[in-house]
Amino acid sequence: MKKDHRIFWLHSGVVLRQLSRAPENKKETSRKVDTRMEYLKLLGIVIIIVGFALKLDSILIIVAAALVTAIAGGLGPVELLETLGSNFLANRSMAIFIIIMLVTGTLERNGLREAAAALIGKFRGATSGLVIGIYGVMRAIFAAFNVGFGGVAGFVRPVIMPMVEGAVTARGKKLQEEHLEELKGMAAGMENVTWFFGQVLFVGGSGAILVQNTLAGLGYEVELGSLAAVEIPVCVIATTLTIIFYYLKDKRMLKKYD
Amino acid sequence: MSFFLDPEVTMSNKLMEMIYIFIGLMVVYTAVKNLRDKENPSRIGTFAFWFILGIVLAFGRWMPSAVSGALVLLMCVPAILHKVKKGKTDPPSKADTQKAYEAIGMKIFIPALSIGVFAVGAALTTNILGFSALNGVAIGVFVAGGFLFAFDRKNTPVMLLNDSERMLSTVGPLSMLPMLLACLGAVFTAAGVGDVVASLVERIIPAGNVNVGIVVYALGMMLFTMIMGNAFAAITVMTVGIGAPFVLAYGANPVVVGMLALTCGFCGTLCTPMAANFNTVPVALLNMKKQFGVIKNQVPIAIVMIIIQIIMMIMLK
Repeated sequence: MKKDHRIFWLHSGVVLRQLSRAPENKKETSRKVDTRMEYLKLLGIVIIIVGFALKLDSILIIVAAALVTAIAGGLGPVELLETLGSNFLANRSMAIFIIIMLVTGTLERNGLREAAAALIGKFRGATSGLVIGIYGVMRAIFAAFNVGFGGVAGFVRPVIMPMVEGAVTARGKKLQEEHLEELKGMAAGMENVTWFFGQVLFVGGSGAILVQNTLAGLGYEVELGSLAAVEIPVCVIATTLTIIFYYLKDKRMLKKYD
Repeated sequence: MSFFLDPEVTMSNKLMEMIYIFIGLMVVYTAVKNLRDKENPSRIGTFAFWFILGIVLAFGRWMPSAVSGALVLLMCVPAILHKVKKGKTDPPSKADTQKAYEAIGMKIFIPALSIGVFAVGAALTTNILGFSALNGVAIGVFVAGGFLFAFDRKNTPVMLLNDSERMLSTVGPLSMLPMLLACLGAVFTAAGVGDVVASLVERIIPAGNVNVGIVVYALGMMLFTMIMGNAFAAITVMTVGIGAPFVLAYGANPVVVGMLALTCGFCGTLCTPMAANFNTVPVALLNMKKQFGVIKNQVPIAIVMIIIQIIMMIMLK
């Protein structure tokens, strides 16, 4: 894959700008559609939407959509296989997650989760909303390094929720049911928001590689480092926003105890 | 062999090819381990899936593309028939991990963070050192492995391989989803699906107005993701059909627009029960009373974030 170096980093590493813009010739080729047969090509998209919405087997949906689209697009059997084969090859970079697994399991075996629990445990004494906020910061930072601690099942339920509940009961109050329900929702929400927007900061994550390869198929070459840099402000804003929102919500609910 | 000796091929690409061979062999190891595992309820199907995948990953470059295409289709058969299963795995017990934590402690974060550090390091120095970001990921993995071995001699290469087999078998064929979706996107492009979608959308939104294109692309990503429950599936369709013809074709920055479109999709993921793993499974895991208790706490964030991202796309395009 030949990469050009159109993109350079400004000192901060955050702001980036492209010197030369993508090819302009796309416009001409993209609008000569007149026969009704052309609409058959949309069957693949219909299969994807309906298939995922009905929760059919994901791989079956994708294979079916690819086959149908190829046939509707007039690709012969050999062409279809060649398209599939060459594109699978072009997308091999996505398999990088496999080599990362070489250490993921062994890190867990060597006490990564316990270390993470000890790290957040240092903040015992914070209020319930603050504990969730601190977890959000920790989760986002580690997500940027592609490090997870076990999600809701492996970390939020066994480590975070007891801390959050303890933060209320330690002040001599009985946790109100409605408050507990919201705390659970916020802990899971923090988990999701910070994981989604944090993982895109990892250079080599599946999301950015998928974007890179989709754009490459359309004729635009982009670098993984630049893709991650674009997401830095997004992740910071999303994490900060969620922390503030949940903190205020928790504070409002804590008032009900008085 | 000629590939590795060819002076025209960059060092980072040669290294990448070696990484693919290594990954392929890891996957073949998973295949063979499961074939010999009497506790695996579907040894042949599991073996077939991982073995074919490993061969295509490792040696695909040297095969005619029609052959690798046929192998990819063949590999999907046991996956579709649900014949790819997990065998006997040896997960660490609570006592094991607690003991390891007491011995290693916070130092475990060094190998955990090294992969990301090397990836960023390689990405920032590509022009000087010549390593690509993904080269950096792989180098970071080996550095992490070295640290783990230094901490505890039980963390041998065999232990690493067996633990990676456990992870790979646990996620199963669904781990191939992003890769297959990317292939599907390419098939869409080859068949001209983007042109058809563009010709339809053109009747509704005015072509040539990049800002309108960006808004439709971003909201479309969110909506499609809500319907499908998967932003990765949405991004291929939306980029080929809307992003490329209505936004990128007019010179918008593909780095900003393409990448933010994905996280616009994530805003959709935050709002939909279709993303069961994130939004409904936690409700059960945490014994929550309200079925939408998690989603309700995420919707305000998603709305603000989609607006912020649309503004970013328009300003930075």
